[in-house]
Formats: sequence, structure tokens, C-alpha cells
Amino acid sequence: MVVAVYVLHQDFWNWKKAEPLVFGFLPVGLAYQAGYSILAAVMMAVLVKFDWPAHLETIEPEEHSGDKET
Amino acid sequence: MIPVVVVCVYLAIIAVIGSVAFRKGKQNTEDFFLANRTIGAMVFFLSIFATNMTAFAILGSSGQAYRQGIGIYGLMASSSGFVIPLTIFFIGTRLWAIGKRFGHQTQVSFFRDRWECSSIGTAIFALSVAMLVPYMIISIMGGGRVLSDISGGRVAYWLGCAVVALVVTMNVFFGGMRGTVWVNIFQTIMFLLFGAVAVAVISHALPGGFGEYISKIAANPKTRYLVTRDRMPERYFWSYTLIPLSSIMFPHMAIMCFAARKVTAFKRTVILYPIAIMAIWLPCIFLGVLGTQTVTGLKNPDGVLLHMLNQYAPVWLAGILGAGIISAVMGSDTHQVLAVSTMFTKDIFAFYGGKDKYGEKGSVYFARAFILVVTAVAYVVALVTPESIFELAVRFAFSGFAAMSPVMIAALFWKRSTKWGALASTLWVAGWLALTWYLQRLSDPMIPKPGQPPVQIFPQLGDLFQRTIANVTIHGFLPVVPMVFGSALLMIIVSLLTRPPSQATIDKYFSFDPANSQPRTEASGLESRGVRAQQQSATGSL
Repeated sequence: MVVAVYVLHQDFWNWKKAEPLVFGFLPVGLAYQAGYSILAAVMMAVLVKFDWPAHLETIEPEEHSGDKET
Repeated sequence: MIPVVVVCVYLAIIAVIGSVAFRKGKQNTEDFFLANRTIGAMVFFLSIFATNMTAFAILGSSGQAYRQGIGIYGLMASSSGFVIPLTIFFIGTRLWAIGKRFGHQTQVSFFRDRWECSSIGTAIFALSVAMLVPYMIISIMGGGRVLSDISGGRVAYWLGCAVVALVVTMNVFFGGMRGTVWVNIFQTIMFLLFGAVAVAVISHALPGGFGEYISKIAANPKTRYLVTRDRMPERYFWSYTLIPLSSIMFPHMAIMCFAARKVTAFKRTVILYPIAIMAIWLPCIFLGVLGTQTVTGLKNPDGVLLHMLNQYAPVWLAGILGAGIISAVMGSDTHQVLAVSTMFTKDIFAFYGGKDKYGEKGSVYFARAFILVVTAVAYVVALVTPESIFELAVRFAFSGFAAMSPVMIAALFWKRSTKWGALASTLWVAGWLALTWYLQRLSDPMIPKPGQPPVQIFPQLGDLFQRTIANVTIHGFLPVVPMVFGSALLMIIVSLLTRPPSQATIDKYFSFDPANSQPRTEASGLESRGVRAQQQSATGSL
């Protein structure tokens, strides 16, 4: 899913196009990339729902941890 | 002067918030640098976002759009909205876990322990500071320019820089991380609202609708490139998707990850982040393109939004919007100052015995004194050095930190990574930064004019090194591409050729995480204890 969304960023089919003007004023290339931002948020919501590292929620401090200097 | 008064009121509020945070704070470094790891979910999101937004998000984005058109959004904004949340999700959560489990407060402290080596940590520290300080200085410059521009020159540039530096210093000096994040809440809301308000106000005041202006730009062959990506090579556009890898490697971002109260704080952040970027960048870039029709012939396009506000917004509103711009400048500058102080206090002062000698309270005093010194030096340097140098340095910093991301990924996820692999990657990045700087300076006299193709820097090498208007490219790709891939390759190859850390250290970092743990046998337990004894005698040697 992540790779597919990444590939969609390279919208070569919009490269030389300005029209149609989305909502009457947004050049199509800009409107597409704005929609891409929304898609990125949806992708992250899916990752949070299905691939969240829940095991990290139970991490506790190690005994004698604190200022770590080696 | 009304806009200046509004901005000054805003700055006074920031200073007060910092002093309230001071009264709530405790006199130990974990509280000063990480607010005792108590930062909740919404504050965490607002603060992480403020950490990343700089003057560039509002001034630079609109200025670049004025020069290059709508392609800037896809180049910088939507790629960041994709990459940065992913790095926070995969890397930020693991960093948080390591900080919670083992008490690390900086990346260097983690690297030193992970690879059982102090010297490589020091090398990474030196490179990180060298890349972070120009970023800090340019924030002060950005703030000075904004105050000077919105006052119509009545506030001198040096005074504007001084005001920004002073307010940031007071906030960090008194409030530490707690003061910083409280201010970030206020700042982030201001500059998130800025874009929508600016668009609404300007659209109301502009004669003719937005569509009319954009259609006019599209119909003119000389300006059509502003609403397409005609003049933006596809390789250049793709190269830029690697730049946002730098975000998680910036010390102030990593330190923020350590400060969250719970790992669940990251959930909201990663989902809202792309939307927040869109909320700021989309209106700024759109207005930057529009500005080519309403504010023509600008010598410094970074001022296009301020010019449009002066033309179309009521005076008091221009002041609030000016405060929104200052918010973006100061939000990140505050974190950068705090990060530099954290790094020097933990990775140098404490590491080399300062904490043992002077205790926790002494460490906090050192941190505060360091904040005063570093901001004073940054202020002086900001006044005497041309901005173009720092613009260049910041561009290199993004590539440099992006190329260090394989080091972090290897430290977190690859047991077989070694200190020598990390050193090789670090030296590769430092070498490439020096090479890119050299090529950039060498090719400055051959910059092509707008609309002309890139120029070969060494004709006998063909298209290997070329110069565009703004950048050196390597076969059409930005330097970040060979830097990131080379760093990753060296990390892998050199690690496989060198001795790994002790089994005890590998067990420590990979068995606390149940997703990565291996069942421990009695033999491996004995081996771990034996190796641990050896490790104690060998710690600190290269």
C-alpha cells in the first residue's frame, strides 16, 4: 500500500496540464497533489488501525535507567 | 505601526508563557529537556508540527511559487506529508520506546550505547551540530526580516533579529521543553489558521475572482509554466522525495519523540500531519502564484505574501497574520536552541564528567548558560554574515540529515549493524557535503537563465555534474540521491565486514521489544554475562 501511494506522487500525466481548473480556480496539478495529501492521511490512518506497534505500549523503564552515558 | 504593535503583544504573550512554565518546572535535566516525558497527544502533535515548520513554510513557499509555480507544492509539501508521518510512525515510535526503556535523551546517547563506542557518537554529534546551527541562525534572520517588512522598515533588521532572539531565549531559558511546547500550541494554531484567513481576506478584496487570474496565467505562454510543471524536470521532482527523510534525523525532532508521555500520542500526529501541511502550504503556494499578477516585478519574492497583505488586508489583520508568520519562525527556532543545548549538556558536558562533578542542578545551570551563549553568538553571526550562505547551508543540512537516516534505521532495526558501518556512512555524508559545497561555489558564475537548460560543470564529464538555477545535480538528480543510497550501501557493506557489538548489547536492544525478541537459552545467557564483563572493560574504546 505504501509503495503504491508513493508511486502515485509522480503524476507525470499532469505535468504539462493546467486545465481543468478544479473548483474553477485550482490548476489540476495542484488539486491532484492536494488530494494526494489527503490520501497520505488516509494511508496513515490505515497503518495506525492495522499495523500499530501495540507491543510498545507496555514498555517500562529498565531498572537503573536514567541519564544514559557510555 | 499597528501590525508591529500586534506582533509585539504576541511576543509578550510568548514570554509570559515561558515564565509560567519556569514556575512549574523541576531542577533536573529530564524535566528541563524533556518535560519529564509527560507531553500528551494533542500537545505532542502541535509541538512536533511547530518543530518542523519554519519561515520557509509561509515566506519561502510563496516566494518559490512566485518563481517556479505550483510544482513547489508537490515537490516539497505533499512529499513531506507522505514521508514525514511514515518516519514518525516507524522510527519515532521506536525512538520513544528506547528513550522510555533505557533513559536516552539524545540520538547520540543512543548511538554510543547501541554500538558500544563513544568516538563515533562524538563524530555524529559534530556533524549534527554543524548542520543544525545554520538552520538556527536563518530562523533569527527570518524573524528580523518579517518585523522589518511589516513595519515598513521602521523596525530595523538588527532590532527585529534581537527581539526574536531575545523572546526565544527567554522562553527556552526559563521554560525548557515545557515552555517550548506550551508556546507551540499557541503558535501552531496561529499559523495553521494563517493560510485560510489570508486566502479568505485576499479573495474578498481582490478585483475579479481567483479563476480569472489563474486562467490569465495559463493562457499566456510566457507564464503558463507557473500553473504546470513544464520547467520542473521529473528526476528533480522525484529526488526531492528523499529530502523529508531528514526530518526525523534533525536532533530537535528526535528529542521531541523522546518527550511524549505515551506512544499512543504518535497516532493522532501521523494522521493529522499531512492535513496540517496542506492547510499551510496550499494557500501560501496558491497566493504566491497569484502574486505574479498582483505584485509584479518583486526583487525579493519571499516578501510576496507580506506585500499582498499590506495591499488587501485591514491593518490590524495584517498584524495578526504577521504574528502567524513569526510563529512559524519561532516555533522551530525554539526547538533548535533547546536541542543544541540538550546535545551539548548531555553529549559533551555530562558525558565527559560534568554531571558527576556538578550534579543535576549544575547540569541545568550549564544548559541555561549555554542557551544564552549560543543565542548571543547566533545573533551576532546573523547580523554580519550574508543570508545566502545560510540558505545554502540549510539546503545542505536537509540533504545531510536525510543521508544519515540509514544510520538510524540500522541502529533500530538491524542487529548486524556496527560502529564502523555508522562511521563509514557519517564520513560519506560529510564528504559529499563538502563536495556539493565546492561544486556549488565553482558553478555560481555559470548559472543558466530562467527557461534555459542546465549547464555542464565539467564538460569532459558530460552530464555527470550539472548546474541548474538553484542546484548542482548528478545526472539530473539532486545530491541527496547518491548521498542517501551511498550511506545505506556503506552501512550494510562495512557492517558485514566488521565485528558486531556484543551479544549483551544486541539482546538489550532487541529483546526488550517483544516483536524482535529471540528466546534466550541458558548458553546465550552465560555468554551474555561473560561478554558483559568484557564489555565493561572495553567501553569507550574505538
